[in-house]
Amino acid sequence: MKTIRVGSGAGYSGDRIEPAVELAEKGGLHYLVFECLAERTIALAQQVKMKDPNAGYDPLLAARMRAVLPICVGNKVKIVTNMGAANPAAAAAATREIARKLGLKGLKVAAVTGDDVLAYLHDHDMALDNGKTIAAMGNSVISANAYIGAAPIVEALKGGADVVITGRAADPAIFLAPLIVEFGWTLDDWTLLGRGVLVGHLLECAGQVTGGYFADPGVKNVSDLARLGFPIGEVREDGQLVVTKVAGSGGTVTARTVKEQLLYEIHDPKAYLQPDVIADFSEVRVEEIGPNRVRVSGGKGAPKTGFLKTSVGYVDSYVGEGQISYAGPNAIARARLALEIVRERLTLTGVDITESRFDMIGVDSLHGEARTRNGDPYEVRIRVVGRTDSLAEARRIGDEVETLYTNGPAAGGGAWKSARQVVAVASALVPETAVRTAVTIMEA
Amino acid sequence: MRLQEIAHSRTGDKGNTSNISVIAFDPKDYPLLVEQVTVERVAAHFAAIATGPVRRYELPNVGALNFVIEGALGGGVTRALTLDAHGKSLSSLMLDLEI
Repeated sequence: MKTIRVGSGAGYSGDRIEPAVELAEKGGLHYLVFECLAERTIALAQQVKMKDPNAGYDPLLAARMRAVLPICVGNKVKIVTNMGAANPAAAAAATREIARKLGLKGLKVAAVTGDDVLAYLHDHDMALDNGKTIAAMGNSVISANAYIGAAPIVEALKGGADVVITGRAADPAIFLAPLIVEFGWTLDDWTLLGRGVLVGHLLECAGQVTGGYFADPGVKNVSDLARLGFPIGEVREDGQLVVTKVAGSGGTVTARTVKEQLLYEIHDPKAYLQPDVIADFSEVRVEEIGPNRVRVSGGKGAPKTGFLKTSVGYVDSYVGEGQISYAGPNAIARARLALEIVRERLTLTGVDITESRFDMIGVDSLHGEARTRNGDPYEVRIRVVGRTDSLAEARRIGDEVETLYTNGPAAGGGAWKSARQVVAVASALVPETAVRTAVTIMEA
Repeated sequence: MRLQEIAHSRTGDKGNTSNISVIAFDPKDYPLLVEQVTVERVAAHFAAIATGPVRRYELPNVGALNFVIEGALGGGVTRALTLDAHGKSLSSLMLDLEI
């Protein structure tokens, strides 16, 4: 039975590059896929694009392409990625330029566009899951991108593209598309599409299935994390998957690492909603069949909903923050005093805050004070954070923490402050028939 | 005993909802998870940080439960003021559960 080897070269925008190089060189791959978009990445990229029409794609695109393109061309490995972010066309053009400079004449680079549905949302004054309509959100809205499926990526690959660059494609779709092309799966074979989504789901976070986000010394040991290798999916024509990695790379692939990733960001395992299919992971089986080799079978699928989830990025608010540390005898008492002082100062000086937190890092910042055991820690860091309507107001919060140096309790050290704009994301559902994707292929 | 002795866990985030898996190290312990790690116990354990509701999904083939806890991420990953906006550390809170 025909088998395709797909490597996962990145699990997020800022991910390490060496494991992708290792995969391209030694992975025996047919495809190398880079998944680089989180929920609000496109909104942030759109802000960049507004300032520079030729920008707005992944900041590491050039570094990644320079590192892997020559190897991929040499080893006949095709690349699929969503590094196009808010500007797939510019990302493809930049990739073509890099290919030319590297002497890779004739390399075909495809841009998949059409995920930007902001105009549609405005035309239909769509309601979002935050209870507001697009019109009510006014000029705070930055971007609206639908999670598109595999079809335009399939079209690009069938058109001869060596590199396919998308914007907001669904994460699993950029892995599913090569399988559809290689195995001739039809777009209404829900079982196979469900299995293909399972492949993409397990691989898309890269190191999270090979021992990253997993180690717990003495409980779940993982060797050589500093050289963590990224995963390879060996996918059979019937959709059965073996997860593995390059021999000699760091990390581990076990039933445990695969099971953790199987349920990562899943709600109802029977209904993982994707643009191409409703994937069903509820009867998946996971078996270790050799060292760093785990077989995954039993994925299923049901007909797609016909609607695409759409992420709407908007300027939500501003956040100001300050931190300072205390240590030794009575550290907690001084930390509490510091928090009281800042709380009172923010009121006295009339800082306009709509929501705030007063945390003691090391005591109660993550899960509340009730969890603290075995007495007081030797050191503690306070954290004051508040939401405001302007950057100037946000700065005043960190300022009131910094002034603890000379105005607060004894021996406060390491003050730090920040103020930033918050770009948040709301979502809507758009009928797939309203989304018109397009593929542009350019040659180096 | 603490849940950490018989199970491992991973947290994922979507909007203001956290999903937390509870996976038996030994499949033989899966029925114990089903019996002990109930929606009610988990909701009470997370009461200080999550508004709920809590849903539980069972995956006998992999010996795992999947908890979906709404209102767990301080209003949502992209705008929460919490130190751990993604709730990545919530799997550790889950494994702290006494069973």
